[in-house]
Amino acid sequence: MSPLLSIAVFATLLCYAVAMSLGVVRLLRGPGAEDRVLALDFLYLNGMLALMVLGIRYASGMVFEAALLIALAACVSSAALAKFLLRGEVIE
Amino acid sequence: MNATVPLWIEAVVALLLVASGIASLIAAAGIIRLPGLFQRLHAPALAGSFGSWSVAFATVAYFSALEGSPVLHALVIPFLLALTLPFASVLLARAALFRKRQDGANIPPPLSRG
Repeated sequence: MSPLLSIAVFATLLCYAVAMSLGVVRLLRGPGAEDRVLALDFLYLNGMLALMVLGIRYASGMVFEAALLIALAACVSSAALAKFLLRGEVIE
Repeated sequence: MNATVPLWIEAVVALLLVASGIASLIAAAGIIRLPGLFQRLHAPALAGSFGSWSVAFATVAYFSALEGSPVLHALVIPFLLALTLPFASVLLARAALFRKRQDGANIPPPLSRG
């Protein structure tokens, strides 16, 4: 891995970290419950992207299954939280 | 895995990765700065579409150059996100509409009567 790519990976992970901390600010401060769910969804998304970037960094193909599972969990958890906000319970 | 990756492919991968990082930063700025919930719902779609597509293309380019043959399985992730993210955000928007109507906020009335 050349210095160019490792610097780019570092800069990308730094961008994700800053974005995730802004998301945490919204998660803690959000005026409504929907804002918090939105921020949680954004945190899931950024964590998954950071995992894919780490997969490039360590030249490992094993992280894609984990990234796929995180993407699925993000969808399912956001849908369940939205359903809970809409109806008061998840499974009726 | 001692094969070396050509420099121009590493440059392309670096460019795609930094582009996705900047897209994620713009999405975070939108989440922080936009005034209302319905404006804020738009922001993460940038990280979910542009960010994930560019990371997936970077992964495909890097591993294809590393192994000498096309490695395309990373493209599954943005396809999956394109299927599931709109679903979750539409559900969230409907929940927010319902709850704001219950609270008596200034929200447009439902289109369907019945």
